[in-house]
Amino acid sequence: MLGNFIHNYEEAVALLLFSIGFVTLLFHRNMIRKLIGMNIMDSGIYLFLASLGYIYDRRAPIVEDGITDPSKYVNPVPASLVLTGIVVSVSVTAVMLALAVRLYERYHTLNLDEIYELSRRRTEHR
Amino acid sequence: MRDFVCNLPFLSVVVFLFAAVVSAVLPPRASRAFTTVVESLVLAFSVAVLVYTAGTGTFFRYNMGHFDAPWSNQLRAGVLEALAATVFSLVLLLSHVGGMRYVRVDIEPKKQNLYCTLLNLVGAALMALSYTNDLFTGYVFLEILTLSSCGILVIRRAGRTTLAAARYMVLNLLGSGLFLLGVCLFYGTTGHLLMEYIKEGVATLDATGEYAVPLTVTIGLVSAGLAIKAGLFPFHTWMPDTYGTATPTSSAVLSGIISKGYIFLLIKIMYRVAGVDTAAMTAARHILYIFGILGIIMGSVWAMQSSYLNRMIAYSSAAQIGYIFVGIGLGGEAGFVAAMFQLMAHALTKPLLFLSGARLTEASGDSPAFADLQGAAHRRRGAGAAFTVGALSMVGIPSLAGFCVKLNFAAAAVQHGVAADIITLGTLAVSTLLNALYFIRTVIRIYTPSEAEWGVVPVRRDVGLFVSAAGFIAGIVFLGFFPGPVTSLISRGLSMFG
Amino acid sequence: MKTMKNDIKSKLSAWLNFDLDLDEVPERTPPKPKAPHRSKLLILRRIQNERVHRAVYALLAVFCSITLAACLLLTVSGMPRYGEDAEFMDTVTYEYLAHGMEYTGVVNIVSGIILEYRAFDTLGESFVLFCAVSCVLLLLRRDGASGKEPPAMRDITGDPILSSSARILVPLIFVFGIYVLLNGHLSPGGGFSGGAVLGAGLIIISSAFGEDVSGRIITERVFKTVTTAALLFYCVGKSYTFFTGANGLPTGIGNGTPGDILSAGLILPLNIAVGMVVACTVYGMYRMFGKGRF
Repeated sequence: MLGNFIHNYEEAVALLLFSIGFVTLLFHRNMIRKLIGMNIMDSGIYLFLASLGYIYDRRAPIVEDGITDPSKYVNPVPASLVLTGIVVSVSVTAVMLALAVRLYERYHTLNLDEIYELSRRRTEHR
Repeated sequence: MRDFVCNLPFLSVVVFLFAAVVSAVLPPRASRAFTTVVESLVLAFSVAVLVYTAGTGTFFRYNMGHFDAPWSNQLRAGVLEALAATVFSLVLLLSHVGGMRYVRVDIEPKKQNLYCTLLNLVGAALMALSYTNDLFTGYVFLEILTLSSCGILVIRRAGRTTLAAARYMVLNLLGSGLFLLGVCLFYGTTGHLLMEYIKEGVATLDATGEYAVPLTVTIGLVSAGLAIKAGLFPFHTWMPDTYGTATPTSSAVLSGIISKGYIFLLIKIMYRVAGVDTAAMTAARHILYIFGILGIIMGSVWAMQSSYLNRMIAYSSAAQIGYIFVGIGLGGEAGFVAAMFQLMAHALTKPLLFLSGARLTEASGDSPAFADLQGAAHRRRGAGAAFTVGALSMVGIPSLAGFCVKLNFAAAAVQHGVAADIITLGTLAVSTLLNALYFIRTVIRIYTPSEAEWGVVPVRRDVGLFVSAAGFIAGIVFLGFFPGPVTSLISRGLSMFG
Repeated sequence: MKTMKNDIKSKLSAWLNFDLDLDEVPERTPPKPKAPHRSKLLILRRIQNERVHRAVYALLAVFCSITLAACLLLTVSGMPRYGEDAEFMDTVTYEYLAHGMEYTGVVNIVSGIILEYRAFDTLGESFVLFCAVSCVLLLLRRDGASGKEPPAMRDITGDPILSSSARILVPLIFVFGIYVLLNGHLSPGGGFSGGAVLGAGLIIISSAFGEDVSGRIITERVFKTVTTAALLFYCVGKSYTFFTGANGLPTGIGNGTPGDILSAGLILPLNIAVGMVVACTVYGMYRMFGKGRF
């Protein structure tokens, strides 16, 4: 049942981080907390990818001394995926922060429930 | 040297990306014109690819770079991809042309070129999602689609847009997170990111029974992520605010094609990555089916209760998305044909409703409340007629697209045993009834003469809206009168997916 | 900005104590009383509602997190073993590791993957960044009629510690950034990381010596020109490789000797272009969040 659970502790931690972030993003009502949740979630995924690619006793995929023997280096693909993913999550974070600034200027709170209530009172939802 | 047509899928993406950068530095007027030209160009590209693939009856792959299949990114174009790209670029063009006057009013002059940039990025992302053969490329362009749709939403500073955008983004980010984790798990269990190779790996694993749990979870994560992004029932809460407050072009693009982009990717993943009929995928599809049914009913009920026009149309969107997922859940060729047909019909109808609804609203003192809309069709005759056509198609009057949609669903349901049959047909009946109630009620309302004096609202011709409404109506009527060729195209495309 | 800071601070303390009831709704938006007893009832009911809401939220959150975590942990226990060479991965990775240097001219294989093998992803990625900067501009730019003055930020310009350490650090940061940028194909680094370092350098200049100084280096014109030119170059350069590659034509660009600074074909110029975009974007976002203009 538990299979490789003990062996894969690093991936387990990564996916636990993912679920913590996911639940934070879904259930917290404060924009900043949601944002932190999103970043935890994404970091969890990147950690998971990094641990997918790691192989014991091998080196980073930068060719040294012209040795191109593939069994000397770790898997380079997850590293490139993480690079791409990080830029994406930075961009999303920037946009969400900008949204939070705009919301705060308009409603003077960051709690989405309160904002919703205020917006309903101002009958903005035509 | 291969046929030049084979370069067109790649060019449609790159031309949009190029245009996005260029229109950021052009003055507003020029950038609008430039974007329209680019959209038409890509529409021509997509039609050419469609004609080529349907004519030769083959699909082709396109390596992005000098390296061969499992090592590089790849595009792939068959009939279905080209058909989706054609619909997406057509609706993008028509929505942009139709809402141009509102863009000029709703958006500050200094930001209008950025609006064009964002529309181009939406186009690029949709083209890439249609043609991509690589899951991770799919993820990157999914994020471009999310961010650019958030941009076209908040660009109008009115009412609740920022709040709507925040809620939209939160749900979308949840979806992206699940999807990305799914892609990573696919990589972790098969070692590939290109669709065919993953499918091979999945088939081997399925046969040997290795990694059974990870595979099931992966398929669940990917389906759930894309369903959340598309706005399936419990996650549709952003729709009314979002569609209700954005500028009409944005509402049209968001409801018409952006949610469809996610669904098309999901269908593609079902066929080309996970395999439609593997055990895990079947379970996932059944869950989607249940939520689809719930979405249809709840969406229709909420639409009935709504007292504002744009919110009503938005809730009806939630119901229509439910239809697509019911088709996917029914499965089999008939189910997917019905889903794809509904995808196209809805992509053509909803923007028409939003654009003509905006014109009616404008003629009623900018108030979308039903009480104020009374007699609006007499104040704006063209928009009233266009709205009526859209509404009748939604209800399912024969000779319009909506009728064939319902016919397709009935045909698909009959093949699936008594239980699915009763549930699907019952839902179809109930939703048709509710649709008829709220759409016909609206049509009657806008044609009832109003006693209120709207004074002298000068009727300004809106050539763009006229052209785009004519285009949409032509599309709806075409789908209504000639469903045969379209469904046969779709089923040929599905068999090419194989 | 100050009130926002206070708000965030008080909320932070609230989270640390796990005191969920701290940000009460009625305090900030008191309901207008018509008759005293009724309003009291309303407040009571609202607090009750609020409590029920919180309880439901908490229950749902616990349920969801446990289910999700359980599913994912089951997944992990079924995955291939950590740190061991899984054979099915080798088809792809061995090609990259064995021939990456020969075919693309890079020493850092990851650079070769993101800028040659999987270059379409990276093209999309730089457009994600472009899209984000467009959205931030839309949301936060304040100028002309629509722009209110932003809330005043504490001015740290001329702070003795900051400015004297910046005087020493800024040249080092720039040298390091340029090194990382130019050596992307040889060592860890590349356009994105180098660009981020350069952007951070610009931010330090701006906060230590004032906006006039950094504003002299990067005006709106420079921002627009550099971003547009670099993105267009990236777009055209990559399209050229894609087009020739897919049609089986040679690019006509040599790979040079792997390990030299001038090698690896288009990768170095593309890295520089990406670095320019990222540096401008990082700095532009900083300015938008601060003053709302360049």
